[in-house]
Amino acid sequence: MHAEQTEQTLAFDVRLSFGAFTLDVADEVPLAGITALFGHSGSGKSTLLRILAGLEARAEGEVHLAGTTLQRRDGKGFVPPHARGIGVVFQDARLFPNLDVAGNLAYAERRSRTRDGRLDTAAVVEALDLEPLLKRHTATLSGGERQRVALGRTLLTRPRLVLMDEPLASIDGRRKRDILPYIERLPQSFAIPVVYVTHSIDEVAALADRILLVSEGRRVDSGPLAEMMSRLDLFPLTGRFEAGALVDCRIAGHDTRDQLTDLTFDGGQLAVPLLDLPVGSEFRLRIRARDVILASEMPGDLSANNIVAGVVMAMREDTGAFVDVQLACGGTTLLARVTHRAVRRLALAPGRPIYAIIKSSTIDRPVGPAPRR
Amino acid sequence: MIEAAAALARVDFGPVRLTVALAATTTLILLVLGTPLAWWLAFTRSRAKPFVEAITALPLVLPPTVIGFYLLILMSPTAPLGALWRDATGSTLAFSFIGLVAASIVYSLPFTVQPLQAAFDAVGRSPLEAAATLGASPLDAFFSVASPLALRGYVTAGVLTFAHTVGEFGVVLMVGGNIPGRTKVISIAIYEHVETINYTQAHVLSALMLGFSFAVLLTVFLVNRRFPIHAR
Repeated sequence: MHAEQTEQTLAFDVRLSFGAFTLDVADEVPLAGITALFGHSGSGKSTLLRILAGLEARAEGEVHLAGTTLQRRDGKGFVPPHARGIGVVFQDARLFPNLDVAGNLAYAERRSRTRDGRLDTAAVVEALDLEPLLKRHTATLSGGERQRVALGRTLLTRPRLVLMDEPLASIDGRRKRDILPYIERLPQSFAIPVVYVTHSIDEVAALADRILLVSEGRRVDSGPLAEMMSRLDLFPLTGRFEAGALVDCRIAGHDTRDQLTDLTFDGGQLAVPLLDLPVGSEFRLRIRARDVILASEMPGDLSANNIVAGVVMAMREDTGAFVDVQLACGGTTLLARVTHRAVRRLALAPGRPIYAIIKSSTIDRPVGPAPRR
Repeated sequence: MIEAAAALARVDFGPVRLTVALAATTTLILLVLGTPLAWWLAFTRSRAKPFVEAITALPLVLPPTVIGFYLLILMSPTAPLGALWRDATGSTLAFSFIGLVAASIVYSLPFTVQPLQAAFDAVGRSPLEAAATLGASPLDAFFSVASPLALRGYVTAGVLTFAHTVGEFGVVLMVGGNIPGRTKVISIAIYEHVETINYTQAHVLSALMLGFSFAVLLTVFLVNRRFPIHAR
């Protein structure tokens, strides 16, 4: 079992040119949890997804899924998309307009690769709350409903891997938040790994365990999400102005008198506005770099509730007024954005012990699922 | 009234039966043969596409006598195709019902291929890609997704091909001649009636054609309006 698990990856090294643009990406992605394929518009991430699905017959290179070869360097033995066991949820859902919702689900179920008791129509309908939609025509569905049906349809083929191509891109903000939990639960509920293409760092932060960063048709880097998100050198790609660290937290208790929830994380404690989650819940918080104040000594009287001790690990200057400082606080990485003047005054340099101060009011509501480790 | 009934009784309906048989056979064969051609034209990225499109559309612009003339040459027992047919069957291809069917297939080709190509174009690659990622082989995806979505195109292609074959004259005259029960279709019969100043019979058959043609076109327009694409 464990020997087999070392092969549980999606490994690829592929190339495709059209016009002046060339996509050339190689990586090996573990078949577990959700991997975000992240990059700006035109970075080639959707094309890469199509290559993995077998929809770009012109692509060169090789693709291996859990020990099965889907595409070889010599061009022989190309496995067509219908035989790959890879499900795709397209940005535009692509439901069949001649069938109603139940018909779309049945279409996939009839062509399912395997029989799997956990994954029948009833289970999928239940998990995605599709019951009220079954008799509806696809043309009458909202954008969010269409994507839920598309997701359910893909699951019913019992795929080895689900690829999602910006499934929330055409859905407005509030509805997006309604769908995220359904996607987030997939890897656990159905034991199906997901590769999720997006250009929204918020969706990455909310969903992903790992991230593969693509820019101008090339792989920049890939790795566990929290590590990648706090990497100073990746800021130009992960979003300069919304730079922040992801912190995996656990609820230690609620203080109803002060309307605060106390959290613990690997590196200290945090108090945040009261959360409607049970004690013991684990989830992910995002702390923006611009909301973190640094102090060289433990401050005395201070209105801020959260003071976390740490050590400066690295600093990244840019041409503007600010310097991004990466801090190690226990096993957690935090980011702080401070001015050049503050760097001189506090004599900030790698290795310097420091205190990070975070106002409770600046911390976002939970952005993501319980950390999966 | 009695006079009209008497005229109707004297009309020979053999050409009507023959015309319906010819049009039905041609339509069935063309829908089968036209589908892969229309599919290829809709989805190919080949540079040969405009050439194939032009050849497919030729029967629309050529005078029927030109098509008929070339077909007659091809089918004559001295030509390779005609000789092959005669050796295999013992009869000539020209001036036979099968020869007429073959000629009609060429003559009505664009009326099948063009509506089908437009329908497949409208379906596009997207639903086929979706079907493939759901585990449908290309043939499965054609029958389970593309055909139902292109249903209107099939109805239009079928009706237009049938009607156009019913209305052909020049090609039939060149290739089939005027043999009762074998090649004498309605349009030929009308021509003969007029030539022999038998206007009553020409009237009956012409009125029949007029009514039929109108009904056909009405069907096409009604179907195109009333076919909700998500009908189950």
